[in-house]
Amino acid sequence: MTGQAQDIAGGMAAYNFAYLDEQTKRMIRRAILKGIAIPGYQVPFASREMPMPYGWGTGGVQVTASIIGRDDTLKVIDQGADDTTNAVSIRAFFQKVADVAVTTRTREASVIQTRHRIPEEPLTASQVLVYQVPIPEPLRFLEPRETETRKMHALEEYGLMHVKLYEDIARHGHIATTYAYPVLVDDRYVMDPSPTPKFDNPKMDMCEALQLFGAGREKRIYAIPPYTRVVSLDFEDHPFEVQRFEEPCALCAARDVYLDEVILDDKGGRMFVCSDTDHCEERRAAGHRGHLAAEEAYATTEAAQ
Amino acid sequence: MTHAAQSAASMSAVCVEGGFADPVIEAQVAFRALMDAMARPGSLCDLPGSLAPPAPLPEGLAAIALTLCDPDTPVWLASVYDTPEVRGWLAFHCACPLVVEPAQSAFAFAPAGAECPPLTAFNSGTQEYPDRSTTLLLAVEALTGGAPLHLEGPGIRSRETLAAVGLPEGFVAERAENRALFPRGGDLLLVAGLKVCALPRTTRVTAASAGMSTDEGAE
Amino acid sequence: MYVAVKGGEAAIANAHRLLGDRRRGNRDLPSITLDQLVGQLSLAVDRVMAEASLYAPHLAALAVKQARGDMIEAIFLLRAYRTTLPRFGASLPVETGEMVAERRVSATFKDLPGGQVLGPTFDYTHRLLDPELAGDGEVDAALVSETDGDPLMRVTDILAHEDIIESSRGAAGDTPLPEEPSGDLTREPLEFPMQRDQRLQALARGDEGFLLSLGYSTQRGYGRTHPFVGEIRMGEVEVELDVPELGFAVSLGTIKVTECQMVTQFAGSAKAPPQFTRGYGLVFGQSERKAMSMALVDRALRADEFGEDRLAPAQDEEFVISHSDNVQATGFVEHLKLPHYVDFQAELDLVRRMRGEFEAREAADLETDNASREAAE
Repeated sequence: MTGQAQDIAGGMAAYNFAYLDEQTKRMIRRAILKGIAIPGYQVPFASREMPMPYGWGTGGVQVTASIIGRDDTLKVIDQGADDTTNAVSIRAFFQKVADVAVTTRTREASVIQTRHRIPEEPLTASQVLVYQVPIPEPLRFLEPRETETRKMHALEEYGLMHVKLYEDIARHGHIATTYAYPVLVDDRYVMDPSPTPKFDNPKMDMCEALQLFGAGREKRIYAIPPYTRVVSLDFEDHPFEVQRFEEPCALCAARDVYLDEVILDDKGGRMFVCSDTDHCEERRAAGHRGHLAAEEAYATTEAAQ
Repeated sequence: MTHAAQSAASMSAVCVEGGFADPVIEAQVAFRALMDAMARPGSLCDLPGSLAPPAPLPEGLAAIALTLCDPDTPVWLASVYDTPEVRGWLAFHCACPLVVEPAQSAFAFAPAGAECPPLTAFNSGTQEYPDRSTTLLLAVEALTGGAPLHLEGPGIRSRETLAAVGLPEGFVAERAENRALFPRGGDLLLVAGLKVCALPRTTRVTAASAGMSTDEGAE
Repeated sequence: MYVAVKGGEAAIANAHRLLGDRRRGNRDLPSITLDQLVGQLSLAVDRVMAEASLYAPHLAALAVKQARGDMIEAIFLLRAYRTTLPRFGASLPVETGEMVAERRVSATFKDLPGGQVLGPTFDYTHRLLDPELAGDGEVDAALVSETDGDPLMRVTDILAHEDIIESSRGAAGDTPLPEEPSGDLTREPLEFPMQRDQRLQALARGDEGFLLSLGYSTQRGYGRTHPFVGEIRMGEVEVELDVPELGFAVSLGTIKVTECQMVTQFAGSAKAPPQFTRGYGLVFGQSERKAMSMALVDRALRADEFGEDRLAPAQDEEFVISHSDNVQATGFVEHLKLPHYVDFQAELDLVRRMRGEFEAREAADLETDNASREAAE
């Protein structure tokens, strides 16, 4: 090592517990408390540059880093799965900077950071769900200007959103929004639930767990306290409805869960399996078997790993 | 050492000592208590208790100050707390600016009662930025054993009961007025010893004896 | 079928190991040193420092090396490091009028006190690849004339003496005075409309290419401002920190900066007399292109101050500031490669359903057509 290189290595100090410095944590913590006090309102915060790219969960990571403590057990999911690469990367980050216990079991976790899904198993009062949010403003695609959308929220002027949804119905016979489907929180703020499929929207309503939302690039934090009314926007003649899958999970036979379509070959062969990998594993451990869950199939999958 | 120098030395000891033993970890524990309290209005949460703030600043308020206040948060102190020792202690541990006008503060520290100005004296934010409001930290005698109040709203499954001792007169009416400002309004942290109970602006407070009709009237 | 995603941890570790290998390249060649980067790729190092908002040449060089020469990745690395640094205080504003200028040119006056100083510029070089540089040949030492060390007069000050240029505090007079604290968008939430100090900070951190294109667009008529380069100067300035305990400012050292003051013609409005107006650019290191682009965009964004119609992209503050940060932009564009299959599944279901309904309608229409045709026959 040259002298200069040594200086650089020595000069780069160790990071604080959970990476963020205490002043940043305080700033985020204050924003979280305001968010809880004003359900569905997007609290501006001075988002920090994180050591992972914007758009890859920096908001969720900053929220998790500000709430997590030594007694917590963290679960990280992306698309419902604990083993997707970005979930693995974020989990490893917190193991490194906070030395925190991690799990893939929904029920064992005290803090769950998620991208695009809400676990199938109902959350409890001792859990916090942290969402990674790319675009927190539900009105952004109707009005790109922050100065305008802020006014619309202030005046509770959500007509534009209803017009958009109704135009969908007029044109397609359906509301053509399948994910990031807007909700009304505690009868006041229209909120973006992050790009979860609308299948998950009903789980937000009167949820026992605290739900926190972090948008790093857009610098917003918002929250839904436990036991809060969360209603998906709809019309009397076109009530909100979620996607139903015709077949059960091919591995655990679960119905009424969200499924991923897995392509098996290039001749149209496909199967449907649980998007929530922990839920699927728990069910299989409890003896539930789907039509493609032959014991041999398992052996091959395991071996392939 | 002169008398003046001695008192200056003991003054600076008062200011420097009595913070969190492990600031990073205890601030996190205290914050989680505050977050739980805010998320579940009416529930009583425990603040960590290793602090020795100078009298007359109550330990619970001190713990919250160390958890949430810093150079970015103007703080207002009720006159009973506004002593050189408390000022010095807050300056050393939080470096928070102290303001004279309650409406300029992000956090206000007061004992319940005549020392505390009416809620309207504090900042309730704007319609565009309702988050720019004062959070009031009110020290009360106790959080249990008083006349029961009913709480309803986000964070509460059906109804919660709060029986704090030493709440100011007209408390229920004041919270109703605050509720009517929504989304503007002030959030309240009631503190007794190391117990904290939050009443965010969303919580509807009614006297337990008043029944449902008043409850609806408060809406 | 979970093989593709399971074992993510091992896959990530292996990918990063491969990255390390590719970064190092041929082991028979010596590893490039930070001193070489700082000395020989100094403009790359300067750009990283400017857009990361951290003046630290060797750390910027480390970032360039670690990023394999990917500038935006290097900027990102240095910014992520900057976030973790404690703040001891804010320095006093640097006095560019006192600059020890290595370069100073003006396009508005043929000659001026102190003269035109070309400095180390690519201007007037013939862009012919130089085979000499492929090797390690001798390079002539620079010929530097002794200067008297007097500060060079600012061109804008010459115009200010005649009172035909707006005050440096802006038309609204709200640009903070040197002794007033200025905003910091890395510490405070962004709010539109912005104050000019925060806006200039955003531009100084903004992507060089994005600002270049926006500046160019104003020249081509999208928000034209009739600009002249009043002055560009590049050189060392002193950074000073006020220490309350000492009662005076102490010098922390010098940094190299490039400053550009655009002077633009303004015919006057109901509020303001005809005069010249300013566009300002200041960046760490040597980067004339960035400083000039920044000055053009700064002036374009001040349309409201001068009662000009805001019609062009470069005049739109929310559009420019929200999209000028390349670390944010690259993160969000590149996040599209993360899995989105849950949402795609929802879209797949909807499109299949709507397609089914569409085909059913077509079939029904065809039947009705046939039926009516048969009836007609």
